[in-house]
Amino acid sequence: MAKVPVQFTLNGSEKAEFIESGTTLLHALRDKIGDTSPKGGCHQGTCGACSVIIDGELRLSCLTLAETCNGADIRTTAGLAEAGVLHPLQRAFLDAFATQCGFCTPGMIMAAKVLLDRTPNPSREDVVEALSGNICRCTGYEPIIQAVLTAARANSQNAA
Amino acid sequence: MELRKDYFADVREDGLHEIGQPRPRLDSPGHVTGKTAYFADRNFPGMLHLKMVRSPHHHARIRSIDTSEAEKHPGVVRVLTAKDVPHNVYTILILIQIGPEDETVLADGKVRWKGEAVVAVLAETERAAQEAAAKVKVDYEVLPAVFDMEEALKPGAPIVNEYHGQNYYLYDSGECRKVRFGDVEAGFAQADHILEQTYQSSPIEHAPTETTGCVVAPEGNDRFTCYTNTQAMFFTLDNTSIILQMPGSKLHFVGGTVGGGFGGKVDVIVEPITILAAKLTGRPVCFIYSREEEMQISSPRAAEKVVIKDGIMKDGRIVARKVTGYTDAGAYSRHSPYGAQKGAAHYPGPYTIPNVWIDTYCVYTNRTPSSAMRGFGVTIGDFALEVQMDKLARLIGMDPLEFRFINAYRDGDMKAHRQPTEGAALIECMQEASRAANWPVAEKYMAMSSYRKGA
Repeated sequence: MAKVPVQFTLNGSEKAEFIESGTTLLHALRDKIGDTSPKGGCHQGTCGACSVIIDGELRLSCLTLAETCNGADIRTTAGLAEAGVLHPLQRAFLDAFATQCGFCTPGMIMAAKVLLDRTPNPSREDVVEALSGNICRCTGYEPIIQAVLTAARANSQNAA
Repeated sequence: MELRKDYFADVREDGLHEIGQPRPRLDSPGHVTGKTAYFADRNFPGMLHLKMVRSPHHHARIRSIDTSEAEKHPGVVRVLTAKDVPHNVYTILILIQIGPEDETVLADGKVRWKGEAVVAVLAETERAAQEAAAKVKVDYEVLPAVFDMEEALKPGAPIVNEYHGQNYYLYDSGECRKVRFGDVEAGFAQADHILEQTYQSSPIEHAPTETTGCVVAPEGNDRFTCYTNTQAMFFTLDNTSIILQMPGSKLHFVGGTVGGGFGGKVDVIVEPITILAAKLTGRPVCFIYSREEEMQISSPRAAEKVVIKDGIMKDGRIVARKVTGYTDAGAYSRHSPYGAQKGAAHYPGPYTIPNVWIDTYCVYTNRTPSSAMRGFGVTIGDFALEVQMDKLARLIGMDPLEFRFINAYRDGDMKAHRQPTEGAALIECMQEASRAANWPVAEKYMAMSSYRKGA
């Protein structure tokens, strides 16, 4: 099958690949580029485990064709820590016991990051709404909601 | 929530330094940075994709299988059928002498549930494997199917699984697991009230976010490394060794990281066929359930039916309990004979009852094979028992929590399956629940103890 070139920025680094037309961004990231932090839980846009940030927007990489991402700025959970220092969301997920099996965690953190980038002081309802596209089967969600609220407070204290 | 340390203070020596203190999980740093390696994060050059051709019928004889068109499909490397599997008929619990072997890795001559694996297709891409699987032609003669447990137990019902010969698991105690304690009929004769109720549940799917699967790489030293999300590493290793007739020393299993299991990943389903595929092709192979397969194919919690008949006195004592439990194994045993047996031991509940009669059946039907899920064998039983307890309390006009204090088992009480009670803590749990829920009970119950005589 004919290959098409695709070029984008992943967590600040330039990436270029030849892919088969029709390849999903999830497949390109995981199997071509080697960033396995987005997970494939359903491959049909229902679980949120594959969530990534494309040009500041939360996107499901299992429903996004890689060839539509030319020139895009793509962010994943693998690139969130800076120089080995965890992002406040990562720190809060650790401290709030907001992970169990961990499979939904990278997608949850991406959804939470987009929320906090836009709404630095979210209400509990804002958090619930922002995470509503991400399924977790272990925690019952409460520790995750608390982690996002804690991270928001940490952010606002740092900014003050 | 306040942590009370006064319970059992006179019989306990520890200081409870850890309980109530936050301790980071060792695996969380990997989870929050996306570095935790799940099996599907392993990728090998030249890896093949395995897709399964599955039965569209609940019960059918296989007249013929034609794989010729599938084999010609571009990208297809190999197609596997039952004859390729060295020891095709297995059962997981044979490792602890719970037989007979009753399940096929790939269907041979017959399918017994809708979704059963019939043919495995190996191709260069997932898409090619999927397309080729659609080209496999299986000629079926549809057979009568049975979906209801009590129908399955009637004379003349279609036989689901010939390896058993009848539609129930034959325990050494006969057609069901039995508990006999005291004289249950004498208990009913003595009772002020008798209440018989029936409770039923449907199958429940675990729905983990990570679907079942494995990735297998052939190693240079004639060994196979299997990256898997099994919850039962050594069951999987030993059953794979039996199915492939291959010494365990040839098999290297890597696991422990499971993206949600809840019991749904304790069966041995994907690993043997994937290792066989890697052996026969010499290539790395991945077999990952689609979301649809996870929901429709992987074992659910068994459907159960529980009939409970209790005799109670006006003062709240339960004097007789008779339970008939049915566990729907589906078409194959997997872990269900064990689950049904566990139910037999459990049905008296955490209560001391002098006269008990229990029969639990593990029944075969043409439904998806069921297996383990969080407390299987007792979870649905507990639902039934505790609803029954509330109904009994209402029947005699007693507070439901005080009713449970009256019947709670305590150290030294003989349980129906003839294990003396040790280390009971039900009284203390209920006392604390009474306080925490602000559901007061009479002072005499708050003064009771699980282990102090007379209290």
